[in-house]
Amino acid sequence: MKVVIMGCGRVGAQLAAWLDNEKHEVTILDINPRSFARLIPTFKGIALMGDGTDEDSLRKAGIEKADAFVAVAPDDNGNIMAAQIAKHIFNVPKVICRIYDPLRAELYESLGLEVVSPTTVVAQLLKGKLAKKVK
Amino acid sequence: MYVIIISGGRIGYYLSRALLSEGHEVLVIEKDATLCERIEDELGSICMHRDGSEVATLDEAGTGRAQLFIAVTNEDEDNLVACQIAKHKFNVPRVIARVSNPKNEALFKKLGIDVIVSATNLILEHIEQEVPTHPLTHLLELQRGELEIVEVKILPTSPAVGKSVRELPLPPGSTLSLIVKEQGVQLPTSDTILEAEDRVIVVTKPDMEKALRAVLSGS
Repeated sequence: MKVVIMGCGRVGAQLAAWLDNEKHEVTILDINPRSFARLIPTFKGIALMGDGTDEDSLRKAGIEKADAFVAVAPDDNGNIMAAQIAKHIFNVPKVICRIYDPLRAELYESLGLEVVSPTTVVAQLLKGKLAKKVK
Repeated sequence: MYVIIISGGRIGYYLSRALLSEGHEVLVIEKDATLCERIEDELGSICMHRDGSEVATLDEAGTGRAQLFIAVTNEDEDNLVACQIAKHKFNVPRVIARVSNPKNEALFKKLGIDVIVSATNLILEHIEQEVPTHPLTHLLELQRGELEIVEVKILPTSPAVGKSVRELPLPPGSTLSLIVKEQGVQLPTSDTILEAEDRVIVVTKPDMEKALRAVLSGS
């Protein structure tokens, strides 16, 4: 599978490492080349300086032939815009978008984006742990 | 009319001032405290110091009763998201977004933003008009970009010189609406003869521009 990841933060770099280990073809984009220091030393994919909300940068990253696009940059709105470019302009078959704000996450899910909202996921996890009795 | 404006930067400030003076009810949402204060000082308490792309903010702002929603921040993604929330969550009948990167115009259009204002393109068009050798100038977009009004200058080398309107093989969907001659403005009839230095105003489709240019200016 060919995957383009936008944002080489902790999550992006971790995802890139896992996919790379599973022999997927990964291209990771970040506006700050220093972020690529987070990639594992054995990373065989492509790290590309560029803005995922810019069509030309996405083209350079090979979005036209990508099977999947994942937007995990820090800014919700940037992720939302990039994901919609991937979905509606480049017709990428699988597009996943991280949105911290649960209300925005809900709205864009209803508009057809596949969304992961860490806020609710982590809050639920914490709540679940708190509910367990202390051993 | 209740109008919500996202960003109290320079554009947001002048826009809200103009709309207020026309008697509209205006709310500016600006996340920068200093800008917000400046607006309140000069225009009264019409500014909300919050993030305009938050659903909760827009809910509190009463976006549901806004008839017009305008996002003019410097960031295209913020304008897009604010407008999409206004349109899809709060059913605002008309949303307007500013785009800085002209590449985003197609995306915004596709995503249903009613009006897209590209400052970069507007400036380019104005400059184009002032470049003497530029034969075709965009004047206005109609029907959300399906039609456009353009001005074409008839250069002395143009194949259209000396031809009547009837003889011009205008591309389909193009209508010659007005001829600006040195003597003044003329409504063209099929017998009107085109001369060098005339300017013709044509309603056309964007994909016919090239063909139109070939007929009228030969380039």
